[in-house]
Amino acid sequence: MFSSPLTIADKTFQSRLFTGTGKFHSSATMQEALLASGSELVTVALKRVDLADDQDDILSHLSHAQFNLLPNTSGVRTAKEAIFAAQLAREALETNWLKLEIHPDPKYLLPDPIETLKAAEELVKLDFIVLPYIHADPVLCKHLEEAGTAAVMPLGAPIGSNKGLRTRDLLEIIIEQSKIPVVVDAGIGAPSHAAEAMELGADAVLVNTAIAVSEDPVKMAQAFKLAVEAGRMAYEAKLAQPRSHAEASSPLTAFLD
Amino acid sequence: MFESVFHQYSWDEVKRSIYSKTAADVERALLKPKRSLEDFKALVSPAALTYLEQMAQLSHLATQKRFGKTLQMYAPLYLSNECQNICTYCAFSLDNKIPRRTLTDTEILQEVAVLKEMGYDHVLLVTGEANHTVGVPYLKNAIELIRPHFAHISMEVQPLDQDAYEVLMEAGLHTVLVYQETYHQENYKLHHPKGKKSNFSYRLSTPDRLGKAGIYKMGLGVLIGLEDWRTDCFYTALHLDYLEKTYWQTKYSISFPRLRPIEVGTSEQSALKSFNTYMTDKELVQLICAYRLLKEEVELSLSTRESERFRDHVIKLGITSISAGSKTNPGGYAVEPQSLEQFEISDERSPQEIAQMIRRQGYEPVWKDWDRSFQVK
Repeated sequence: MFSSPLTIADKTFQSRLFTGTGKFHSSATMQEALLASGSELVTVALKRVDLADDQDDILSHLSHAQFNLLPNTSGVRTAKEAIFAAQLAREALETNWLKLEIHPDPKYLLPDPIETLKAAEELVKLDFIVLPYIHADPVLCKHLEEAGTAAVMPLGAPIGSNKGLRTRDLLEIIIEQSKIPVVVDAGIGAPSHAAEAMELGADAVLVNTAIAVSEDPVKMAQAFKLAVEAGRMAYEAKLAQPRSHAEASSPLTAFLD
Repeated sequence: MFESVFHQYSWDEVKRSIYSKTAADVERALLKPKRSLEDFKALVSPAALTYLEQMAQLSHLATQKRFGKTLQMYAPLYLSNECQNICTYCAFSLDNKIPRRTLTDTEILQEVAVLKEMGYDHVLLVTGEANHTVGVPYLKNAIELIRPHFAHISMEVQPLDQDAYEVLMEAGLHTVLVYQETYHQENYKLHHPKGKKSNFSYRLSTPDRLGKAGIYKMGLGVLIGLEDWRTDCFYTALHLDYLEKTYWQTKYSISFPRLRPIEVGTSEQSALKSFNTYMTDKELVQLICAYRLLKEEVELSLSTRESERFRDHVIKLGITSISAGSKTNPGGYAVEPQSLEQFEISDERSPQEIAQMIRRQGYEPVWKDWDRSFQVK
């Protein structure tokens, strides 16, 4: 690893690539791809796992020293449902980490800012490490930070859209203002998008569809690993700003020297 | 209410418009990133048949992007074949003299045990329409009985009032399927001459009542073969479009049951009843792709009415959920396997065989994609 590690709450990650576990064509491929990605934080939808079954196919494939589980509440529509689901996850999966996802709109799966803030406030009080999935809304991010969430996870574009950083201008503001880690979640469809987010100064990115649905998920996972690493290194090395014109040969302020 | 949207359209004009779409209309529709209902008309029109491969490729990609390489598995559980309706195409029709059965609590649990053994976590409860014996209290009891055993409960029964849906949702109901059968208002009466079902308007407004009740997911569809399928499916798309905008917190699925021969008569003397029009395989593929190209997010469901070969090939083209090992008679899994089925099953393979077929094609069969704990009041 050439870039600096990332600390969120009580955990330190060498990899700044977080991953999702949905949409893979088999649990074995999912495991292989996630291992290849170097990801140390993997999010898993509670609705997809059988918490009562200790042989659950997805969970057993995620039981590996490299992975920390980040249960998510995908499918819930309200703060109340999210809090209930979170408690269930904590009990069954023995982690107080939670990716808070409340999207009452099943078509674009866009997060509900009002319910998310409500749930985040409650969950923090209940000692959860909350990572909320939200719009790229700088003001909402500050509210969540004040509520005590461990990070914010603004979207780059609608989830699963592979469109890249369509919210770039707002992400820049969020990154500038935030005192907690910023994880760009959703919409990242290509390694270049991930590198772009990291160059902007995002602390991490979360990728799922682009890896899971590719022809070769393992190779794509490696590509994302390299892109995230490269983007972060470039950020740390202070990326040169693009210039639209040449350096002036007769500087206007030379007379001040 | 959808009824006011519905009355802005005339069946004959819609039909004429669909059949007059040209290759240029189809090409324009295919090139768009987002498609309108006019584009949908082009995609279901006869002009689109020569673009089937291109439609299939686009549909395949869009489905994978949205749903991943997964297929949801579910099974129907028929609770009763009692029915007060006459439907000219259904084996459970009131005028078909068959033994009637409504499962008792013990029998329901026997059936549940078999389905659980097969691996199912999503179940679809089905009945006829017999409001005295299989009304809301019966359904509520059945849902409460079944709830501890399944992550996801759907229901395909007679249309109900909004408050009834609310009661059943509180008991654990997640999804309701209610098919209009046909949007051809005049001919609807011919196919449904007797019983509560003959009320076209009450059926048409059922999705509105479901939406108002706050249902998680609802399923739409028409029975393909009753009327011109292209026109009927346009109305289904129109209905879906209205519902998505009105009840935006609800998920939607579409089914496309094709008419199959049914068994009619008495137990001593029975015969297969055939129908005049059947949709071809090519046309069904066209329809599946057209729905996908119109709505990337809609779930598309395929039952065991369809043949092995057809099912094996279409799962990659846009389908997102599939049943297997289905029995369409109450008690069919354990209690009374020999009784008359609602319709003839075409694909008889077991759920495990289907799961293997799905894996062979590079997809993951998904058994659980909901959690009953999410449904809190």
